[in-house]
Amino acid sequence: MKHSFIDEYSHLNSVIHRLDPRTKLIASLAFILAVMLTPTNNWLVFAFYFAIIAFMLAFSQLPPIYVLKRSLVILPFVLLIAIFIPFFREGEVAGSYNVWLWQISITYNGLLVLTNVIVKSWLSILALILLSSTTRLNDLLKALRQLGMPQVMILILSFMYRYIFVLVDEVMRLRQARDSRNFGGSWLHRLKTIGHMVGTLFIRSYERGERIYAAMLARAFDGQVRTLYQLSFKRADAFFGAAFSLVLVLPYIIRL
Amino acid sequence: MGKVIEIQNLSFTYPDGHKGLSGVDLVIGTGENVALIGPNGAGKSTLLLHLNGILRGNSTVKICGLAVEEKNLKAIRKKVGLVFQDPEDQLFSLNVFDDVAFGPINLGLTESDVKQHVTQALQWVNMSSYEERSPHHLSVGEKKRIAIATVLSLDPEVLIIDEPTSNLDPRSKWSLVELLNTLPITKIIATHDLELVRALCHRTVVMDEGKIAADGKTEDILTDIPLLRAHGLSK
Repeated sequence: MKHSFIDEYSHLNSVIHRLDPRTKLIASLAFILAVMLTPTNNWLVFAFYFAIIAFMLAFSQLPPIYVLKRSLVILPFVLLIAIFIPFFREGEVAGSYNVWLWQISITYNGLLVLTNVIVKSWLSILALILLSSTTRLNDLLKALRQLGMPQVMILILSFMYRYIFVLVDEVMRLRQARDSRNFGGSWLHRLKTIGHMVGTLFIRSYERGERIYAAMLARAFDGQVRTLYQLSFKRADAFFGAAFSLVLVLPYIIRL
Repeated sequence: MGKVIEIQNLSFTYPDGHKGLSGVDLVIGTGENVALIGPNGAGKSTLLLHLNGILRGNSTVKICGLAVEEKNLKAIRKKVGLVFQDPEDQLFSLNVFDDVAFGPINLGLTESDVKQHVTQALQWVNMSSYEERSPHHLSVGEKKRIAIATVLSLDPEVLIIDEPTSNLDPRSKWSLVELLNTLPITKIIATHDLELVRALCHRTVVMDEGKIAADGKTEDILTDIPLLRAHGLSK
């Protein structure tokens, strides 16, 4: 079965794709940090950061529509968390409403913070999309490893990415089998069936885990994880790193 | 002819009390192609797991003269290439290269040796251009081939395959048979697929209820219809 992959376009070959994953990882984190540290009402700086990311997206040859769609996925999460901010901020009141017993009011200050949260998270997610779509997950994990992330975490992420789609397939097959046998009945009965499915899935995953471990043992695995490092830090990476850090602090140098 | 596998009076009981094997004796020589057939639950897979020490019963199993014991495990696992039934379990890395390289890296080979082993193994199974592919995108037939490459990269002396042709369409099946025929190495193949047995193996061992029920030339066993019927291998 066909699934969407987070590194769907990572096989393209652009200037950005060719950079060392470590360079990209650090640059992305630096970008996000710079965006986060930008003062609330500094819209020019936000526009400048957006220009940077748009410029790099253009270079990366990713389809713009794809990037846009992906980036919108984050909005519900942000809204869920941030939607109440305008109601709780102190300041000049923008609007006041009576809801049953309560009177609630929205402040300009609160609205500003809300917009700010949305803009910041959108810029950050754009950077992460750029990173994950131009780097194969395998390389990204190697980069994380070389930058000092514990091996156990790398293994967990790697197994998760490898088997999440196998699990999704399994769920889909279970569901098809269930629906083919006229799934229905009372609410309680249905809930029970779903409970059984979750249980079955857990046991199957557990057994699969044991089989995978046996397959690892059969190939001389002794608990020690070894990898070949095939990353190479090239001159282009040094140039990119230097130029990118300069651009990031540019707004502060020219006092935008 | 050297002995690759020597098993004497092997019994094994699963932790839940279920009897897996009882009193199995088996000797397999270098260069033999042996089929292991029998109904579901006959103990074929359980026996295979004893051949590289993943399971250990109460008796002596010797692989290339080495007893299957803790201290010999690494050497034995280098000699025995065990391919599991579901390639989804066998292929756990994010790309084909890493999966095929997993064994050689564990053996502590140098980077250039590892690369050479991987290239060679992929060449044997005719999958040279697949290094960067992710296992999830491959067809079942391709996955089976890569799964075989993941143990060939260890340069084993004996190749053990559990159900190589399950879930394969006839074309992929016959191309796999052709591939296995070209590998000059001792092979033990557990299967229900009697066509496969006829095409690949000169010797056949019939298992049922954890015991060896018959052992002989493939043509003798496959023409003995009462025997096959008694062990659920013919209608």
